[in-house]
Amino acid sequence: MKAKVYVTLKQGVLDPQGKAIHHSAELLGFEKIGDIRQGKYFEITLDQGLSAKEALETAEKIAKDVLANPVIEDFSVVIDETAAESA
Amino acid sequence: MKFGVLVFPGSNCDHDAYHVLSKHVGQPVDFIWHRQTDLAGYDAVIVPGGFSYGDYLRAGALARFSPVMKAVKEFSAEGKFVFGICNGFQILCEAGLLPGALMRNSNLHFVCKHVNLRVENNRTPYTDEITESKVLSIPIAHADGNYVCDDETFQSLEENGQIVFRYCDENGEVNADSNPNGSRSNIAGICNLDRNVLGMMPHPERACEELLGSNDGREIFRSLANSIEALAA
Repeated sequence: MKAKVYVTLKQGVLDPQGKAIHHSAELLGFEKIGDIRQGKYFEITLDQGLSAKEALETAEKIAKDVLANPVIEDFSVVIDETAAESA
Repeated sequence: MKFGVLVFPGSNCDHDAYHVLSKHVGQPVDFIWHRQTDLAGYDAVIVPGGFSYGDYLRAGALARFSPVMKAVKEFSAEGKFVFGICNGFQILCEAGLLPGALMRNSNLHFVCKHVNLRVENNRTPYTDEITESKVLSIPIAHADGNYVCDDETFQSLEENGQIVFRYCDENGEVNADSNPNGSRSNIAGICNLDRNVLGMMPHPERACEELLGSNDGREIFRSLANSIEALAA
């Protein structure tokens, strides 16, 4: 079982890295891009014995306590029950 | 009086802080490895600059889980002095000992240069030997020094005199041109409500020798030493 954790900047927090990436994408000729914001993605492999609910609670706690800084970031967690333990 | 300088894997301004405290403040100092859990006998700890844990995840994010940080929290709750410089400031914000966060510089550059700082509050243990509004020349060296906080936090920082240093020009004028990293309201250093915890991005320990271009940093360390002495008296 895997937890997929997405950490993103809160709305309103400026993202200079995302801006620079946006600029590069435009230089490559991509058009109609409104905005690019950079975030972080984590995969947490969890014990297969956990229920989906337990897995979600564990991953959310890790995200809240370690992966995201609540001053500037939000997070979301998706549990993938089909993912093998040793990917 | 005894100072401790924390050492995390990746700290690299620990020796500079040690040098300044022993040579220019003239007080005993110990290095404190991050696995130590007892800070008994110390009056102040310096959380030094560097790249603790390689800045993995976010600057300062992993250092806050080092065993010593639990002791640092208790130490600060006792009213003892905790002084975070650069990465140390980032660690103290991540640990929740100071409000706000430090993000990537808005210009995306690692900025390494002397900057001017205006002393916004000289009624703190770290600045009470310095004239208010005095302009100090102290270097910065960071990529993640862009201070951010929400409006409510900013307002309380202002109202409670917790903004201790602001980036300014050589005349003490706080303006956009003198802001090296995009920090909200040119904030370079803040303290907690109790004034015993200070964090700043500039490096006063690198500004304590004429040879290095400035010795303005000494005034901060000496203020702290005098404050410790006054408390003991």
